Amino acid sequence: MKHLLDVQNLSVAFRGDDRRERTVVDRVSFHVNPGEILCIVGESGCGKSVTALAIMDLLSRNGRITEGSVRFDGRELIGMTAGEMDQIRGSKMTMVFQDALTSLNPVFTVGRQLTESLRVHQGLDKKEAAKRAVTLLEKVGLPDPATMMKKFPHQLSGGQRQRVMIAIALSCDPKLLIADEPTTALDVTIQSQIMSLTRDLIHELNMSMILITHDLGLVAEMADRVIVMYAGQIVETADVYSLFHTPAHPYTKALMGAVPSIYDSSDRQLASIRGTVPENYTELSGCRFADRCDHACEDCRSGAKSEGTFSVSAEHTVRCILYAPESDKEVTSCV
Amino acid sequence: MSNQLIVENLVKYYPIKDGIIPHTIAEIKAVDGVSFSIEEGTTLGLVGESGCGKSTIGRQIVALEKPTSGSIFFEGEDLTQMTASRLQEKRTNLQMVFQDPYSSLNPRKKVFHILADPMIHHHICTKEEAPSRVDELLDMVGLNRSAKDRFPHEFSGGQRQRIGIARALALNPRLIVLDEPVSALDVSIQAQILNLLKNLKAKLGLTYLFIGHGLGAVRYISDRIAVMYMGKIVELADADTLFTHPLHPYTKALRDAAPVPDPTLRDRKSSALTGEVGSAMDIPSGCRFKNRCVHACAGCSAVNMELIEAEPGHFVACPYALRFAETPKSAKGGAEHV
Ligand SMILES: Nc1ncnc2c1ncn2[C@@H]1O[C@H](COP(=O)(O)OP(=O)(O)OP(=O)(O)O)[C@@H](O)[C@H]1O
Ligand SMILES: Nc1ncnc2c1ncn2[C@@H]1O[C@H](COP(=O)(O)OP(=O)(O)OP(=O)(O)O)[C@@H](O)[C@H]1O
Ligand SMILES: [Mg+2]
Ligand SMILES: [Mg+2]
Repeated sequence: MKHLLDVQNLSVAFRGDDRRERTVVDRVSFHVNPGEILCIVGESGCGKSVTALAIMDLLSRNGRITEGSVRFDGRELIGMTAGEMDQIRGSKMTMVFQDALTSLNPVFTVGRQLTESLRVHQGLDKKEAAKRAVTLLEKVGLPDPATMMKKFPHQLSGGQRQRVMIAIALSCDPKLLIADEPTTALDVTIQSQIMSLTRDLIHELNMSMILITHDLGLVAEMADRVIVMYAGQIVETADVYSLFHTPAHPYTKALMGAVPSIYDSSDRQLASIRGTVPENYTELSGCRFADRCDHACEDCRSGAKSEGTFSVSAEHTVRCILYAPESDKEVTSCV
Repeated sequence: MSNQLIVENLVKYYPIKDGIIPHTIAEIKAVDGVSFSIEEGTTLGLVGESGCGKSTIGRQIVALEKPTSGSIFFEGEDLTQMTASRLQEKRTNLQMVFQDPYSSLNPRKKVFHILADPMIHHHICTKEEAPSRVDELLDMVGLNRSAKDRFPHEFSGGQRQRIGIARALALNPRLIVLDEPVSALDVSIQAQILNLLKNLKAKLGLTYLFIGHGLGAVRYISDRIAVMYMGKIVELADADTLFTHPLHPYTKALRDAAPVPDPTLRDRKSSALTGEVGSAMDIPSGCRFKNRCVHACAGCSAVNMELIEAEPGHFVACPYALRFAETPKSAKGGAEHV
């Protein structure tokens, strides 16, 4: 199958106050098939949003892509002019941001922002745009779409803002929708409404979606395939069933153990991963999770295989020395 | 044990203005007659529909806004009747961690100052003590100490949320309103923060109002949980019973809609809510949930949504709730109670 999006060895670095560059996304490779929902999960700060922003060419001024290729719909995006990128963004590829409040313009009403997008990208006239805007707001489950159109972003609840953002993103019938934590601000009934709506739209329009989320429950319901990131790298890639039933990376396993359930007794201590992501992780050699991993040994930090990625099965790869083929595992003390 | 916080009949309406000379054309009934109390050293969880008024309640409690009517007693004193100077004094005891980690941190201040300035201002510590106190706070919330020299925009969403929690803890509060403090965090950090909040509560005797959408997290941290719908509390019970034995149809819908981390169960959902969420400007008469309720009947238009103690310590705002309590799945033909 031809990939809709193909990301190869993408690296992103930010320049700090001290003028030094810090690589926060490190040679990340993945693809998105047409009609597919790909979820990205992982430690907060591991580079999920930055990866998405890099694909969209929306990195802040102190950030840049230092390496890699991003092919979308057969065309290389890196090196495109701003004009060409503008054309793709907002029509073929759109993004719903994690921070809805700051990505909506505070001085314009919801209606103005939504109709503007419709007029620019779909070429609708004012009246048509207004009509379609109301339909879209209805579609994302907002009460009183007509009143909603007159409101300013600060007058909406967090969840209402997020739904406005989703409506704006859907307004241009994109081929690829990148949604960064689109429903963290929503209650579960609305989340499930919006997510099943999104899933239907994706299948109906043969769209693809990259869904960035912390909610493993949501991943289980939405994803076809899943990428797990840790400290700027992809540590595991798998189809959704394998990921939940046979997670391979110790980090992925730890994540699964940390999910609180409504049926748990509350006096149990929730499993969490000790320690934090090391600050200087790009300078570390070997596995970046080693310091927090119960299975870590010397080879994880310095061995020749410590930075390799291995296959668990056809669609399932993992960056962990435990899965190195038996024959060339250096030491077996690593368990 | 005593009630540290008592909220009585809290009402908050927001005017909607329009026209060239703005005048009020309507009111948003964000919170419409809510009463509850929180015992000292315990956590009340608050869940419900987005836009139902949870953050608004939080903002009234920490006195960021003045309620339209109603009382909020904190340690026996009514915040709504206090003089400005007394309120200023009380404020450090009441802290809030905001839902939006992006806009709630001053972008021009380094983390050190975000944490240290209020502590110095409120004489929690001296200028000399500030650096070690800041390090301690960063340790507490699991951030690297080097974070203090950076600006908020240099952090990821989850990292910013931890800064927000550190800032709330800085002033040695007694009651903290936690407005979705873990929604932006990945589950392993979420688990760390939830455990941290629990330990801090035990150690410092803190009281929490914990607002959240992640039902598992709310269940984990709370002693009791209140479920809200359109400005009203519809159910209030012990955390242990609320989701295992929910009485209100909305609570059941919430429980059933919570995503389960198992892809083989992804198409199980049959009880997804239908119907449009009502509007806080044009509130339906009687039960506000009736247009989405699987059990709705003619009688629902006359329901006044007062909380009834259906079982000891278990309150529900639906007079018909008990009929459906034990058979949530099979009670399809709910019209017979007309
Ligand atoms: N504008 C910026 N300047 C400097 N550093 C940045 C900037 N934006 C992000 N970073 C850094 O890049 C890293 C990755 O951030 P990113 O926002 O991608 O995390 P994330 O995986 O989306 O986390 P979360 O789940 O918390 O949103 C973090 O360490 C963050 O501090
Ligand atoms: N300053 C304001 N002016 C006008 N309306 C407001 C204002 N603040 C909140 N509202 C409205 O009050 C209602 C309750 O908002 P609130 O933020 O309390 O909801 P919430 O329960 O916290 O929702 P969420 O889960 O989405 O954060 C919403 O309908 C919102 O649009
Ligand atoms: Mg992010
Ligand atoms: Mg809120």
